[in-house]
Amino acid sequence: MTAPARTTVPAARGPMAEAWDIFRRSPAAMLGLLLLGLVILMTVAGPFLYQVDPFEIVWAPLTPPGEEATIPLGTDNLGRDILAGLIEGGRATLAVGFSAALITMLIGVVIGAYAGFYGGFVDDMLMRVTEFFQVLPPLLFAMVVVTLFQPTLINVALAIGIVSWPQTARLTRSEFRRIRTLEYVSAMRAVGAGDGNIIWRVILPNALPPLIVSATLTIGMAILFEAGLSFLGLSDPNVMSWGLMIGTGREYLLDAWWVVTLPGTMIFLTVLGISLVGDGLNDAFNPWMRER
Amino acid sequence: MFKAILRQLLYVAALILAVLVLNFLLIQLAPGDPAEVIAGEMGGANAEVMAAIREQYGLDKPVLTQLALYLGRALQGDLGTSYFYNRPVAELILSRLGPTLLLVATALAFALIIGTRLGMLASRNPRGIASALVTVLSLVGYSAPVFWTGLMLVILFGATIPLFPIAGMIDVVKQGGPLGRALDIAHHLVLPALTLGLVYLAQYSRLTRAAMLEVLGADYIRTARAKGVSERQVFGRHAFRNALLPVVTVAGMQFGTIISGAVLVETVFSWPGLGTLAFQSILARDYPTVMGILFFSTLIVIIANLLTDFISRLLDPRLAGGR
Amino acid sequence: MTEPVLDIRNLKVDFVTRRGVAHVLDDVSFSVAAGELLAIVGESGCGKSMTALSILGLIPSPPGRIVGGSILFQGRDLTRLRQSELRRIRGGDIAMIFQEPMTSLNPVFTCGEQIAEAVRLHQKVSPRAALARAVEMLRAVGIPEPELRARAYPHQLSGGMRQRVMIAMALSCEPRLLIADEPTTALDVTVQAQIFALLDELRQKTGTAIILITHDMGAVAEMADKVAVMYAGRIIERGPADAVLDNPGHPYTRGLLASIPRIDADPDADLPEIPGIVPALTDLGRGCAFAPRCALAVPACNAAQPHHVAMSRDHSAACIRLQANEVSA
Repeated sequence: MTAPARTTVPAARGPMAEAWDIFRRSPAAMLGLLLLGLVILMTVAGPFLYQVDPFEIVWAPLTPPGEEATIPLGTDNLGRDILAGLIEGGRATLAVGFSAALITMLIGVVIGAYAGFYGGFVDDMLMRVTEFFQVLPPLLFAMVVVTLFQPTLINVALAIGIVSWPQTARLTRSEFRRIRTLEYVSAMRAVGAGDGNIIWRVILPNALPPLIVSATLTIGMAILFEAGLSFLGLSDPNVMSWGLMIGTGREYLLDAWWVVTLPGTMIFLTVLGISLVGDGLNDAFNPWMRER
Repeated sequence: MFKAILRQLLYVAALILAVLVLNFLLIQLAPGDPAEVIAGEMGGANAEVMAAIREQYGLDKPVLTQLALYLGRALQGDLGTSYFYNRPVAELILSRLGPTLLLVATALAFALIIGTRLGMLASRNPRGIASALVTVLSLVGYSAPVFWTGLMLVILFGATIPLFPIAGMIDVVKQGGPLGRALDIAHHLVLPALTLGLVYLAQYSRLTRAAMLEVLGADYIRTARAKGVSERQVFGRHAFRNALLPVVTVAGMQFGTIISGAVLVETVFSWPGLGTLAFQSILARDYPTVMGILFFSTLIVIIANLLTDFISRLLDPRLAGGR
Repeated sequence: MTEPVLDIRNLKVDFVTRRGVAHVLDDVSFSVAAGELLAIVGESGCGKSMTALSILGLIPSPPGRIVGGSILFQGRDLTRLRQSELRRIRGGDIAMIFQEPMTSLNPVFTCGEQIAEAVRLHQKVSPRAALARAVEMLRAVGIPEPELRARAYPHQLSGGMRQRVMIAMALSCEPRLLIADEPTTALDVTVQAQIFALLDELRQKTGTAIILITHDMGAVAEMADKVAVMYAGRIIERGPADAVLDNPGHPYTRGLLASIPRIDADPDADLPEIPGIVPALTDLGRGCAFAPRCALAVPACNAAQPHHVAMSRDHSAACIRLQANEVSA
């Protein structure tokens, strides 16, 4: 066996800088970042560059892409401009994805942190609740919530958050259980730091790397979830989104492939970008676990 | 042993009760008159039906009494009546259960069998073709919306190369005995099962590969090699049996998501199962049916979890207890 | 002495890593005859386990590679055999016991199944006969109620029991050579003594040659016929056990011997330890690898690798101070 020769790290560089170094050197992770950057750029700058109302009827229904110079990506079943829809629709999709991930992380981290830190009875009770939410079929439950309480963007994000948090809670719990036994935590306790202080200022920062990775992947999952709900007609009909475009175009699929394929490709590329970034972050935080 | 089983049963009973209470709360919390919610906005919203519902559900009584009544009915298997289909919900659900179970089981079997094989193959050479395939597959499987994959398959096999039927479960015009019927169903099953299975195939192949790479470093693999076991047997017998454990656990735990995923796939392919029923009931605002499906699907997830637990114990003697 | 069962000559193994080539084994030579017990001693990372794995053709590859020398087993050079031929020898004529009894048995198979598998790999017998043989072996290594234990899974047995199962498995095909890699490190002291006694008894009964890899100098003193001391991938001293223990030639060997607890010593006194750690094998200079830790080092130690100098019949050590004596003598 070779003794691992430790490469010395220059003292000035923090762990985050080192992680960024590893991240930067992975072509897959950088491709993901590029994809994500392009998608965000398109939704932010697009409306200024391509000023067409996505709900306005601009041409004959189901015009294929490339047939009409002013409508590069064709029209949908109502004659609305697809490119305008893609640009406008990204905003709602991304907004729901990010806010649902935020809700997921908030609930999951709080519950997981208390369960993992206190253990015993608190842990038992919180984990029972978590298990209960884990047996709910996620999409069905979200469908029910959205139908009962109107499909606004906020309700959609809430519904996704409610069904997604158990995984985050489990991850947070296991990280907290691991870290709470470490020496510096006992040391903080010995100098009289309160529980809240230890949970949020000592343990949480150290549990962050896996949680950041999980948050990234949660955004991707939430976007897919939103897309699924809108595909079933359960998103806000007054806000253009990629899922909505797919949902309305579905019936014309065999006559007009582009109506569904184009927004679907946008979702695919966005989530692909997010998952590449997520994998890259995972590798960057755990350089020795590359093979997984 | 007996005590453990009893505890498990109590736990399951508590879970079922909690799901029912949640269902009840959702209807109570939803904006509007619960009677209207129960009747469904599209159903028979005439005064007569509304009065009948108020009477039947005791909506004029205190909330707790209503809850008790609701639980009592549910535990007797009465999930209410669909005013849209004009049939008891429980009966409606049972009539649609078969196709969904067939679809989910086929997709799961496909994903498990192919996924674990592929993952094992990939673990032989972490930089080989199979490994690259697993990486690409898992990225695509994670990133592509399942209904979109389905629609792309519809375009491919419905329009471009019409090999498989793209909608429904049975061709009404086709005649034939039970065998012909089974073949027809199998033929219709291909695309929906493939769509649903691909997502999980991606996950299981990646998981198997990671588990195999971990297990292959274990001391008992070295022991197997040292006693002269061939590489084929080292992978296929000694390592694979151990790598299978996490995959089976995850597959079982995911059953809830698979049922949910079936909603989208069934909708794409008009597969006459619970998913299509859920979709149609939601469009029709047929709440008793929707809530019934939610409850029933949760029940299936709970049963699946129990089964997973049982299978894990069979596969891993360390979990079987009896020290 | 008769023809040795195993004769290793000038074995060299390299690990090619991103940080460069490490000479994991460098010019290793030794031999063992039937019924003989050779102890290989040294700190962890010195190449003891790697020597054992190369005999079985199990060095992890990549990064490992045998780049020179030969391993003659009953006259056949194992380094030239194909994997399929090696596989017939592994577990059959050469068996190995590892240092981690807790993790060396497959958790999903019963102990009986695992022993029976070894039997069936090397002998044409029915599954039933193989299982019967497994029970017989379990009895032979002193496991009570062997029929019952054969049906037990590894996690149901204690560490000592598991190591006995490992030994039963290793001996089930009557090997000519048994390699025991620190078989007792994970076990408590009384069990250690039992396992050593068992190995000694088996050797005398069956005439199996044993290579015992250990850092337990007490066990070496008690059982070994011959000793080879390894440091940083090389054998730095070898010879009959009595000669090496009574008259160590290398300062490192002396250091190892000084670290054995003695019954007559003050129990409260700290055991002397050799200061420093084994160097990374990619960082070796041209000279003696032990020089940086050696209390007796002189500048010349860093100039060239010392060669083996005979101290008595079969006893030699590689230290520059012996070379100096040799020149003056």
